[in-house]
Amino acid sequence: MNAPLLQRLGTGARQALAFELDGRPCSGFEGDTVLTAVLAQAPALRHTEASGAPRAGLCNMGACQDCWMDCADGRRLRACTTPLQAGLRLLTRPAP
Amino acid sequence: MTKTPTVAVVGAGPAGLRAAETLVQAGLRPVLIDEAPRVGGQIYRQPPPALQRPAEALYGFDAGRATALFERFAALQPRLDHRPDTLVWQIENRTLHLLQAGRPGTLAFDGLILATGATDRVLPFPGWTLPGVFTLGGAQVALKAQAALVGPRVVFAGTGPLLYLVAWQYAQAGGAVQAVLDCAPPGSRRRALPGLLARPAMAAKGAYLLARLALAGVPVHLGVRLLQAEGEARVQGLRWQAGGRVRHTACDAIAFGHGLRSETQLADLAGCAFDYDPTDQAWLPRRDAAGRSSVPGVVLAGDGAAILGAHAAELSGAQAARALLADLGTASALGWPEGGAAGPGPAGASASERGSLPGAAPGPAPALAPHHRFRQGLERLSPLPAAWAAEAPDGLIVCRCEEITAGELRACVRSTGTRELNRLKALTRIGMGRCQGRLCAPAAARLLADAAGCPLAEVGRLRSQPPVKPVPVTALAAALASTPPVPCGERDD
Repeated sequence: MNAPLLQRLGTGARQALAFELDGRPCSGFEGDTVLTAVLAQAPALRHTEASGAPRAGLCNMGACQDCWMDCADGRRLRACTTPLQAGLRLLTRPAP
Repeated sequence: MTKTPTVAVVGAGPAGLRAAETLVQAGLRPVLIDEAPRVGGQIYRQPPPALQRPAEALYGFDAGRATALFERFAALQPRLDHRPDTLVWQIENRTLHLLQAGRPGTLAFDGLILATGATDRVLPFPGWTLPGVFTLGGAQVALKAQAALVGPRVVFAGTGPLLYLVAWQYAQAGGAVQAVLDCAPPGSRRRALPGLLARPAMAAKGAYLLARLALAGVPVHLGVRLLQAEGEARVQGLRWQAGGRVRHTACDAIAFGHGLRSETQLADLAGCAFDYDPTDQAWLPRRDAAGRSSVPGVVLAGDGAAILGAHAAELSGAQAARALLADLGTASALGWPEGGAAGPGPAGASASERGSLPGAAPGPAPALAPHHRFRQGLERLSPLPAAWAAEAPDGLIVCRCEEITAGELRACVRSTGTRELNRLKALTRIGMGRCQGRLCAPAAARLLADAAGCPLAEVGRLRSQPPVKPVPVTALAAALASTPPVPCGERDD
């Protein structure tokens, strides 16, 4: 059930980038969007405000706005159009 | 001419790139604005540099076209003002409001070319909010721009050319394609053939895709109704029906879509008049054969004006730029072949008055005619599921942003008698979420028409509201500080 939703075709010689997902140390790669980096190791990006149901984006091109994630520092970002940066502390649920 | 006009091109896909090229050739220095970090649009989307692969691997049949466009852009780049990572979120008083890499800004324009492209048109099915359901375009972006596959086991469903193209791209990349489920009725291929032959090479490409999928052993089913994406917290399977039989396919992801939908919100904010288009079954900005909108100095090109595909987008981008040059009076000054005899269009001239200007012959421009005929063929090949609205269960979530169901929309129509989409929005919040109705409007309009018992054209269209995509409040504050208030007499609300 916790298997990722995205399978990489390969990472080549890309540089690894460390980030956190719900406090857990994770690793993505240079060139990843936040959506790719998260869904390559988890089955969801966020939970909805209304019902709390899990979501993992839909359009992957900045149109549907269903992949906005919270960061531990209070920032919000659209996962499918934001390049992964080392040190991001991403949350799949809003900070308590 | 005392001053070189400022012309902005919004969108750096095939239409916007050709438009920008035409403007540069006429001696202008256009501002080319695009949300993406690299040019190409969705169809020729370029991956981040760290993920660059050969053009053949990224664009398949269209590698030559993509490469040619990028080479032409590289030659143009020193002669234009390219602004990547930039969102236009509002247009007022002939000024664009921008959010450029997080910073607010404005750009006053004399001429504007909107080449805003398209996204997947989706008619939702139960369970489509589960993690693992993506649009066809979204699944393609994962592969093309991120070198990743949704899945591993994936079902492709819906209608339209992208259905087969993305399924084949996944099969070729090693994806475990479980099935292609086409919602078009059996017999549609035969009915579509005369129109499709208007572009024999494209028709042959479609036949090739079908043959390769068959060779790869991918089951293809026609006349499918999508019943339910199954799973607790993620997709674990898809229940579907064809020929009276209900079936189940185990999978980890579903990629679906029903053709494309023009991105028209900026044309709406620019004040363009709209008409209902029976081919796209959507309201599209009114335009003449050259791409002029109803607003002087604003022209439209590519799939954002009407869905005709990437090849037509290149033609219409160049054509719209020539029309704009003629209207701005730039063409004569710079020796453009159109002559620009008409000079600048009078402010407030009606579309019919401006329709008499050179380059505004009625009907589709001749070069675009085969594209229009092909599009008609595509509609016969992949019609939208006719009974979708009637069959949608009450519990179906129509609006992903705010989780509004088909049943809530129907109950509202029953209790209030509304027959108008903006009224339905005010009453239920459909179309009011973060996506501004971009995703749910085609479905909501169909449900409203079905519940009210009237034709789709009669329920109207959602009026676009700024910001067209979420922006930080600092951007709104900066805009308020920079814009004079609109005089009461000019407000349209």
